[in-house]
Amino acid sequence: MTAGGQRTTDDRGAATGAALAPMPIVVANVSFTYPSGTQALRGVSLRVAPGEAVAIVGENGAGKTTLVKHLNGLLKPSEGSVVVGDWDTREHTVAKMAARVGYVFQNPDDQIVERTVGDEVAFGPRRLGQPEAERQANVAAALATVGLTDAAATHPYDLTTPQRKLVTLASVLAMRTPIVIFDEPTMGQDAGGVALIGGIVESLKAEGRTVLTITHDIDFCAAHFGRAIVMAAGQALADGPAAEVLTRADVLATTNVEPPQLVRLAQALRLARAPLTVEGFVAEIVGRGQ
Amino acid sequence: MIRLGDVTYFYPRATTPALAGVTLEIPTGQFCAVIGANGAGKSTLCYTLAGFVPHFYRGKLSGGVEVAGVDVPASSLAQLAGHVGLVFANPFNQITGARFSVREEIAFGLENMGVPLEEMATRVEDILGFAGLRDLAERSPFALSGGQQQRLAIASVLVMRPPVIVLDEPTSQLDPIGSREVFAVLRDLAATDAATVVLAEQKLEWVAVFADRVIVLHEGRIVADGLPGDVLASADLAQYGLQPTRYTQAARAAQAAGFRADRDDLPVTLEEAVEFFR
Repeated sequence: MTAGGQRTTDDRGAATGAALAPMPIVVANVSFTYPSGTQALRGVSLRVAPGEAVAIVGENGAGKTTLVKHLNGLLKPSEGSVVVGDWDTREHTVAKMAARVGYVFQNPDDQIVERTVGDEVAFGPRRLGQPEAERQANVAAALATVGLTDAAATHPYDLTTPQRKLVTLASVLAMRTPIVIFDEPTMGQDAGGVALIGGIVESLKAEGRTVLTITHDIDFCAAHFGRAIVMAAGQALADGPAAEVLTRADVLATTNVEPPQLVRLAQALRLARAPLTVEGFVAEIVGRGQ
Repeated sequence: MIRLGDVTYFYPRATTPALAGVTLEIPTGQFCAVIGANGAGKSTLCYTLAGFVPHFYRGKLSGGVEVAGVDVPASSLAQLAGHVGLVFANPFNQITGARFSVREEIAFGLENMGVPLEEMATRVEDILGFAGLRDLAERSPFALSGGQQQRLAIASVLVMRPPVIVLDEPTSQLDPIGSREVFAVLRDLAATDAATVVLAEQKLEWVAVFADRVIVLHEGRIVADGLPGDVLASADLAQYGLQPTRYTQAARAAQAAGFRADRDDLPVTLEEAVEFFR
């Protein structure tokens, strides 16, 4: 499975033309214990179909970040297996997995290695062996998407933390991977930043990419993700359509999460349905009077 | 008590001020939230109250800054330590790196203040329980999740019981109920322990429920200052890069569709929204 000549072709293919090749993720009965002895995952199983948009919610320390670090091979399961497309993560290096799975870290300072924003965003595409012209186009497009075109020559640490987070987001977008994972993308962002990131998620979905996010921002989750997984103590407590899972206040409460604002309002008003959008909610209210 | 008189501040080499003519008085025991888009000056205001501006960041500060009776620009950071505590936005910046466990990390500030051992032990154990960190007390501060580190950062400031507590987006990595709990604790510290609390935040739902007062910063200036219900329902919010709560958004959209169009008091909290839509 690790023939050297084969790998270059695979990587380049995944990074460019074949970016949208169907790439399901299959997590089978995964448990993971850190070297310190902390057991962070306990028998997690899930399947993510190509093109799905999945949000992972749950209390601090529930194992969310540990789980997604298994999807790009940064962590290898102590038990069970993770297969992305036809690749078992235990049989491939993190560098190779990066052609299939882009991962934006929770803390941008864990991710940034280069001295200019432009070089930082080009780092991943360069490692994937994107041809230069294509790489430049991908970098320019990614910087434009996050609104940092003018910052290309700036040192990443001359930016604010929320801006650095956008740099790391652009770095992963420029890799053009079929699967993109965000760890707390809206952390520290203001309303404009949250709207920008929501737009990025929507365009990735429109391109048929698989998008996973960890988030504590339940209203962001409700607005952009069709499926929600609720985690607690290293296990998936609930997994299903966001419109259903996010209304289960009792399940969410066990892992320190509350339903979105509009769901709580609809439930307090005992409406028949609990829409996830302002438009849906208003339609429900106006319809109620008729 | 906090008093700012016509405060203007430039970071080193900056050509535009991060704070511009800020005059502000926050009475003892008030829980005051500061909101605004990124870059509006929220963090700079926090740093100014805690003395990191100008003592750490240098730059050019003019105007008067008085916190808990202390003239901030005229005092050293060490002199300020007992009067004002600052929780940084990134907990990684808060953790000393000089201690091997969560328990020792929390005790660090008390050790430096010379608190007697017995009292120190009691205060540390109390705050461990309150912050939900008791099961993690022996763990390395660096082996915590992002949200757990943020709880540790808050705990290590609160354990020192400073009369003025300044927090720069302290709940950005906390789970939703954990965030609400931090707001409730800050409200209680202000109400019952007469702590003066200044909180920079993006989570407007909990600002609406718990804060006594809301200040909006925009390009380094105060552009709104008042009760949460008034400031957060204001139609001006969007022009400062802020999004009202879903409750306010839904009420405004419902009014546009003809529902309760005569009401001019839009809800900002769940409780108010239930009343509005019932």
